[in-house]
Amino acid sequence: MTGKMAIVGDGDSIMVFKAAGVATFPVTDEKKARETLRRIASEYKIIFLTEELAAPLCDFLKRFDEEPYPVVLVIPSNKGGTGYGEEFLKGAMERALGVDILFNNEK
Amino acid sequence: MARLNVNPTRMELKKLKARLSTAVRGHKLLKDKSDEMIRRFTVIIRENKALRDEVEAELAQTLKQFSVARSVTPAYSAETAFSMPTVAVKAECGVKSVMGVDVPDVSLIEEKRVDGLPYAFSEITSEADHSVGKISALLPKLIKLAQTEKTVRLLADEIERNKRRVNALEYIMIPQLEETIKYIRDKLDENERASIVRLMKVKSKQ
Repeated sequence: MTGKMAIVGDGDSIMVFKAAGVATFPVTDEKKARETLRRIASEYKIIFLTEELAAPLCDFLKRFDEEPYPVVLVIPSNKGGTGYGEEFLKGAMERALGVDILFNNEK
Repeated sequence: MARLNVNPTRMELKKLKARLSTAVRGHKLLKDKSDEMIRRFTVIIRENKALRDEVEAELAQTLKQFSVARSVTPAYSAETAFSMPTVAVKAECGVKSVMGVDVPDVSLIEEKRVDGLPYAFSEITSEADHSVGKISALLPKLIKLAQTEKTVRLLADEIERNKRRVNALEYIMIPQLEETIKYIRDKLDENERASIVRLMKVKSKQ
């Protein structure tokens, strides 16, 4: 089974992905992002989403956690990372293991 | 611990004993499953962390470079140059099973483009070429990260669910069954003693 890839984000960050051959969906606000995700979720298997948009959509993104596809990956935009990835890892670790095995040496 | 609401009969006792042995066996199996899942989870989450750090660093650098490249190009020519990609990247999407959890298994389908870049060299600066090339090179890693991160999510959910099951068996089901079995046994013994005493009394009056 082959799947297509898409990126949802603000225009500046995602243009370079377009040149690389990833389908792009420029959105600027939370509401639009939600609509777009809902629309493309069945068509695209892998969806990249920029961090600024992902943060308010946290609960909405949970619905994708039930099935293997689509895979939604949150990536930093051109404004730099917001630490979303780290937060996510911490949350998952806490739920599954109850202890922090990755970041404890940093504090 | 509350005992189950059953009649103290031999029949019930037999049924409950069977249920208890199933529950104990199930508990052991689930506990083993949980241990193994946690072991795999720790491996995957470490991998995920390493990959995430790497990808974020490279992506940040590439995007920064690209914004520089874009700023020296007129907006409209950049728009037109980048909005006509020559290739559409596709990924092979399979499903594999990690401890009974279906997780995505993705790999990039390599498609060699003819000229390398989707626009003429005269339109765009070389910085942009460079960043487009870098993004293309980064895609396999991004996909790998997407896959591991999804695996982490799915596995974390499954571990949580499994833990709940193990705890329900260990702290609710099994004690309840044990207590009920004990209650029925006591009751049956008591009945037996009562009937013996009754018989003895009847006999002594004769």
